[in-house]
Parts: sequence; C-alpha cells; structure tokens
Amino acid sequence: MNDSPQGSVEITLATVPSLNKMFRFQWEKAQDCYVLLYPEGMIQLNGPAGEILSLVNGVRTVSCIIEAIEAKFPDAGSLSADIFEFLNDASAQGWLK
Amino acid sequence: MSNSPCNGSPSRPNLGQPNEKSHGQPLWLLAELTYKCPLQCPYCSNPLDFSDFGGELSTQQWLDVFQQGRDLGAVQLGFSGGEPLVRQDLIELIGGAHEMGYYTNLITSGVGLNERKMAEFHNAGLDHIQVSFQASDESVNNMLSGSKKAFNQKLKMAREVKAQGYPMVLNFVTHRHNIDRIDRIIELCVELEADYVELATCQYYGWAFENVEQLLPTRSQLERAERITNEYREKLAAAGNPIKLIFVTPDYYEERPKGCMNGWGQVFLTVTPDGKALPCHSARMLPIEFPNVAEMTLQDIWDNSPGFNHFRGDSWMKEPCRSCDEKEKDFGGCHCQAYMLTGDMYNADPVCSKSEHHDLIVNARNAAETVVDDPSQFTFRNERNSKVFAKG
Repeated sequence: MNDSPQGSVEITLATVPSLNKMFRFQWEKAQDCYVLLYPEGMIQLNGPAGEILSLVNGVRTVSCIIEAIEAKFPDAGSLSADIFEFLNDASAQGWLK
Repeated sequence: MSNSPCNGSPSRPNLGQPNEKSHGQPLWLLAELTYKCPLQCPYCSNPLDFSDFGGELSTQQWLDVFQQGRDLGAVQLGFSGGEPLVRQDLIELIGGAHEMGYYTNLITSGVGLNERKMAEFHNAGLDHIQVSFQASDESVNNMLSGSKKAFNQKLKMAREVKAQGYPMVLNFVTHRHNIDRIDRIIELCVELEADYVELATCQYYGWAFENVEQLLPTRSQLERAERITNEYREKLAAAGNPIKLIFVTPDYYEERPKGCMNGWGQVFLTVTPDGKALPCHSARMLPIEFPNVAEMTLQDIWDNSPGFNHFRGDSWMKEPCRSCDEKEKDFGGCHCQAYMLTGDMYNADPVCSKSEHHDLIVNARNAAETVVDDPSQFTFRNERNSKVFAKG
C-alpha cells in the first residue's frame, strides 16, 4: 500500500515537512510505539522513526528537527544523515507532503 | 479491508504480524451495528438467516464494547452492517470512538447519507468513509443493489466525501456480471478521486455462496481484469496519480488457501448487531458457541472463550494440514469455507489442492465456463428471503 513514489517532496534543510492528511500519527500504548493510521491500516514505527515524525508538524524546518533530535540524544553524535535518509524515505512512501 | 459489509473479504490485513504467544491483540474491531440495509445485494456477507437475530446493542453497550476493545489494544474501528447509517445514534458512536483514540472507518453504501450528516460525522471525528459500488453503470448497479436510485446517490456521496476532505476508499465487489467493465470501473474511480480502490472479487460466504453460480467469473474473465488493472496501474503511476488499485482475486482460483483473518483470533474481532463476538464476520455460521458481549467482557472473550480459542494453534488440525510445511502460513485456510463445502470445519479449506475435496472448487470453476448469465436467478439479500433460511 505504501509503495508509491508519487507526490514525494525533495527534502532539504529548509523544507517544512508535514504529514499527508491521509495519515494520522499517534502513540499507541498497546504497541508501545508510535503508529501511522490510515484507512483500515496501521504502520508501526520504530523508535527513531517515531521520534522524527513526532517533530513533523508543518511548522518546523528539517534543520530544526535535526537540532531537536540531536539535543535529545547528545551522545549519538551527528544524526543529520540518518534523519535525511528517513525523511526522504517517508516522503517516497507518501507519508509527507 | 476488507471488512466491507458488502462482501467482506479480509483484503488488507496490513496490521503487523501476530506475535509469538498463542494470540495477539485485537487490532481491528468491526462493529456490525445493524443487519438492516436498504439494498439487497446478492453477495452480502451477512448471514442468510439474519432475520432470525433480533435486537441490537444499545448506544451505551456499543460504547462499552469500544472502550473494552481500545483497552485491549484495538486501534482500527469499522462501523459496518447492514447499513450503519440506519443507526440513529451513529454520530454518538463515532464521537465516543474518536475520543477513545480509534481510527474510525465508516463502511457504507452511501444510501441514507447526505452533506449535512457527513459534515457532522467529520466534526465528531470520523476519519474515513468507504463507499461501496455494485457496478460502474447505473443499470447494472441498480439491478444488483435492488434499488433504482442507488447509483446516482453513491456518485453524489463519493464526490462529497472528497469535497469534505476525507480519505476515500471505493469498494467495487466484482463478479461475472461486472468484471468485464473493469476499465470503466477504474476510470470512474479516477474521476471520483478515490485514494484507494478495492477491486474485490466476491468471496463466497453468506449470500454470495448462495449465488455463487451467477457470481463466479471465469478464469479468462479474471485474468483479463487483472491484466487491465495492471495496465492502469502503470499508466496512472506514470501520470503521477497517487490512486492505489487493490485487486483481490477470488480464492476459488488459487491452489493454496488464504491465511484467513491473519489467523483465527489473532487480529480481528467482529461484534454482530445483537452482540455476538466473532473471530471473523462469517464465523456465525459455524457450529461453535460464540460469546455475547452482554454476558462476558471483551478481554475474557478474546483470551479465554472457547469460541476464540477454537482454532488457535494447530492441535485441531487433521491431515493434510497437520503434517503440511505451509501450515504456519495459511493456518489450514478458511474454516467457514471448509464447513460450507465439506460439512466439516476441521477439514482443510478445499481451495487447497492437497484437500481431498478440492474437486468441489474445480467443479465450481468448470461450472463458471458454461453457466448462462441470468440475473433473475439471484437470491437477493432481503428480509423476505432471509426468513426462508431462518429457523424462527
């Protein structure tokens, strides 16, 4: 269902990503993870994916998201490459607009 | 997906994997709010004897069930039926479920819907509307639904669903009377700007089983439809159209059974209008005593009831399933199908070519090659016909 490369946006530091309105993002206690909900389906997100998407709100820039994640995990070193990779992936999946 | 009341193939079990223990969480709660429906589709997945099951859960009982389901980990809630719009308290049920944190899906024929209700549902927190169609043109649609006005109403409502900003799934149940028009069906869905389209070939349960001869397409009809769907997929993707076409083949043309419901009592929980809890929406036909939500908590039902534990694990299996190296994959297939076709729900699903009853499936395929299309042969799903099947 999520194999569509259409509508993907190119991610740069200045991009302000927001969630495609097809999806709802929320914390699921029973799954112990963040999930994306869409018509009759659910994508369970791993820890890092959930952390990043929780900062995607249509206001923050990518640069701002990277800064926030690096501040939250100071021992992890530079995370920008990983975050770019994930956001590009999420965009290709049609999760972002 | 599908959990469409309009046929009900378990089409998109895209809900993660069952976990290691004997059963997972009921991620999907399907609330069949009522058996009442203004349409009479001859492939309805409701039980033939639906008129025998009187009474519907109250608003408060449904809200209690939703909360218990949510506490068990359910996240997707489908409002289904019958036609769920018949319930006068639908907006309260939507609002309650939304506040509990469910992703709420309204699975409807669109008959009984209007702009105002749709906007009210949106405000109450409804996430998604699935509209079912019977065909791409008015006359076939209306013939199959038993309603003269249905088609235009559906078109109008599908346009309104998009205008109000909902994601939209269009569900076309396909069969020998409409599958040759698949190109027109897809074009209609594109025109209506559907986000997902389920081109779901009938699954033969309930009324569809009763009408299987007049519904089952031939192999060449099916192959042609799948080829055309693939051509449209390529064409639409190349044009940058994000529409997703989901093609569901009938298992009668498979050699191995489907892993029905992702396993018995693994991710799905259906509650019928009168409160029976079922592991799938067809299971009511089986000679198993299923619990009622008015008498047991959902947790107790899910974890401990004999009904939900009946086909968990593989100790129930006979040959050829017991020694089969694919038993972890398909769990022996569909017990309802085994029961309907062989009279023994412990048999392997006869779709499997290893089943000694597989000839029943082969015979049905052969019959599809020679049967004459004759809609007058349909047994339509309505109260009068249901009484013939009902005991009471």
